[in-house]
Amino acid sequence: MIMGLHSKLKTFQIGGIHPDDNKLSGNVPIAELPLPKMVTIPITQHIGKPAKIIVERGDIVKVGQVIATHEGFISSNIHASVSGRVGLIEEVMDSTGFKHMAISIRVKGDEWLEEIDRTDHLIEHFSLSPAEIVEKIMAMGVVGMGGAAFPSHVKLSVPEGKHVDCLIINGVECEPYLTADHRLMVEKSHEIIVGVRILMKALSIDRAIIGIENNKKDAIIAIQNEAWRHQGISVEALEVHYPQGSEKQLIQSLLDREVPTGMLPVDVGVVVHNVGTTYAIYQAIQKNKPLIERVVTVTGKSLKNPSNFLVRVGTPVAELVAAAGGIPDDTGKVVSGGPMMGKALADLNVPIAKGTSGILLIPNEESKRAEVYNCVHCGKCVEVCPMGLEPYHLMLLTRKGDMKRAASEHIVDCIECGSCSWVCPSNRPILDFVRLGKGRIKKAK
Amino acid sequence: MNQSLLTVSPSPHVHQALTVPKVMQTVVIALLPALAVSIYTFGLGAIYVTALSVFFCVAFEYIIVKYLLNQQPTIRDNSAIITGILLAFNVPSNLPWYIILIGSLVSIGLAKLSFGGLGNNPFNPALVGRVFLLLSFPVEMTRWPVPGNHFSIDGASGATALGILKEGMRSGEHVSSLMNKIPSIPELFFGFQGGSLGEVSAFALLLGFGYMLYKKVITWHIPVVMIGTIFIFSAIFWIIDPSRYVEPLFHILTGGVMLGAIFMATDYVTSPFTHKGMIIFAFGIGVITMVIRLFGNYPEGVSFAILIMNAFVPLINKYAHGRRFGERKEQLRIL
Repeated sequence: MIMGLHSKLKTFQIGGIHPDDNKLSGNVPIAELPLPKMVTIPITQHIGKPAKIIVERGDIVKVGQVIATHEGFISSNIHASVSGRVGLIEEVMDSTGFKHMAISIRVKGDEWLEEIDRTDHLIEHFSLSPAEIVEKIMAMGVVGMGGAAFPSHVKLSVPEGKHVDCLIINGVECEPYLTADHRLMVEKSHEIIVGVRILMKALSIDRAIIGIENNKKDAIIAIQNEAWRHQGISVEALEVHYPQGSEKQLIQSLLDREVPTGMLPVDVGVVVHNVGTTYAIYQAIQKNKPLIERVVTVTGKSLKNPSNFLVRVGTPVAELVAAAGGIPDDTGKVVSGGPMMGKALADLNVPIAKGTSGILLIPNEESKRAEVYNCVHCGKCVEVCPMGLEPYHLMLLTRKGDMKRAASEHIVDCIECGSCSWVCPSNRPILDFVRLGKGRIKKAK
Repeated sequence: MNQSLLTVSPSPHVHQALTVPKVMQTVVIALLPALAVSIYTFGLGAIYVTALSVFFCVAFEYIIVKYLLNQQPTIRDNSAIITGILLAFNVPSNLPWYIILIGSLVSIGLAKLSFGGLGNNPFNPALVGRVFLLLSFPVEMTRWPVPGNHFSIDGASGATALGILKEGMRSGEHVSSLMNKIPSIPELFFGFQGGSLGEVSAFALLLGFGYMLYKKVITWHIPVVMIGTIFIFSAIFWIIDPSRYVEPLFHILTGGVMLGAIFMATDYVTSPFTHKGMIIFAFGIGVITMVIRLFGNYPEGVSFAILIMNAFVPLINKYAHGRRFGERKEQLRIL
């Protein structure tokens, strides 16, 4: 039974907003993007230490071959996403707007490592032990694909003394415009459920909940059709409510547990993984396929063909835009990720990374910030803050430089969802200042 | 498109549509039913006073900001229009033009711009203007026009229902005899009573309230708590001694309660940020209003009550926090 379709849908309790969801590509099936001529693979596609480069210019590599190894535990392997010859290894601008080391590969043919199973054949059975699963996920370079790109094996290594009793699979995709996870759930529900079972085994638990917002009814049904066969896996339709895809909010929505300030989901017995990550884990464990490609939504109001592409990591953004009908004349801003939390790109040569969920082209008239008025004390930022903070006040304190007070007002609890800036009727750059304040406090530590 | 001209700015990259000028527009629309009833009740004087007041307020805002403060004119945020309408709504519809001029100058110049303009004023500008006029021109400010001829009420000419009540109480009249001199509850509800231009029709003001709620411009907290407090406060006295105190419906339908609760106390700038703060603020206004009405010298106390509570807003903001995520104590029960 699909919970919630008839009763009131679950959601989180504090704040939140309802932006227009503009899911233009929700019904567009995933299409494989033709191979680019060249890929540029950054060695910092994850949170943690950059990977260590182990290839040299001129080397011939195959698809799936490790080209940079993880440095320490909180780090991730990087694999060649194409076959061909390694080109320049130099600093390039990535979607963060900073320059990072990256390995370029000139594409030649499409030669994969032999052990990788490229067929669509579903493999349900697995026999690895929990430790072996975690190790393999680490070797395959799987990181969180919802945006933050936190190495997945770290999340699966529950620290001693902590006890996890529930796995949450994040199929919320609350960012407007993005549909990559949506399409994956509709088209790869079998594989995702196998992935969920692998994760449950890795954590040695017997309970998993897949949370999906109710604007993706076809995804709810597709996942439900697979999930019901398995003991312990349930699907929950959630109210459409931004930022429900944030870990802390999602845990509250589904389990009514509240991660205490300064603590992690694991402290309330929960591990959260994104559906895209779950699919990547299925491929890593069952198909020996490292994380070398992902689904990316290319979208925008003026774009000719909003699409969902299966893209090799390192492909330049420009290739995706061209495949979706070319860049519209009125484009004023290009965002990597969704409109609420994504990063604006300075040019289209930036490569797709493991954490890139979408490319959004925003028309001119929506790309500039509007005129700023004085704060009118409407309290809307306070009303919408999902962390229950007082954003106007944090902005004020940051401007004054009173970081001590800002810290005591929990400025570091901010999840940077952007609801305050979105709602502000005076168009004040509230989140800009809160970020600045958070940065100052982190620097001081 | 020239790639080098892409805009780069931090997230979020989208914004909701309700910006300050539109919020103000919505409030203006919400005020129109009350203005319509006022025209019906008091005739063209209502429109004359409102138009003059809006004109003066906008003009002062423009002149002072541009020529005295040498800044970019701020009239496009539409807030001066609201101050103008609200000032007009708080005065009799037969007020001479020069008094309106002075009221507008005090509202915009003294109460708003001298503190730094929109968003920085501690007190509601329209109410500061109104109280200034009440103290400076007590005669003109309490010379209430009689509602339209066909709704003339015997003995009520030239006084508000609350005024009649206050006078009667002072001379020791019994409530039941006083009630004959004041309009009935339905008349009060629809607005056929003497009083300030915009305050007479609870019905029209409630329509505006509904519209603002629908447009999500304000929340229910301040109006509901303030009106509820006045209702309960007056009900307690009425139950104790119905021969000396009038019924609670009378109190919430007369004077500036509806106008104050829906449009004055909900002024963003001069009310608290959090819902908890709003509730404290509105409760305070309700109590002070009733203390003035029942025990004070003035028949009406809404304006004073709001201004007094305006002064407490910074204090309320400091202590009335909402619930923060991750503060819940019973957290670890599940482990």
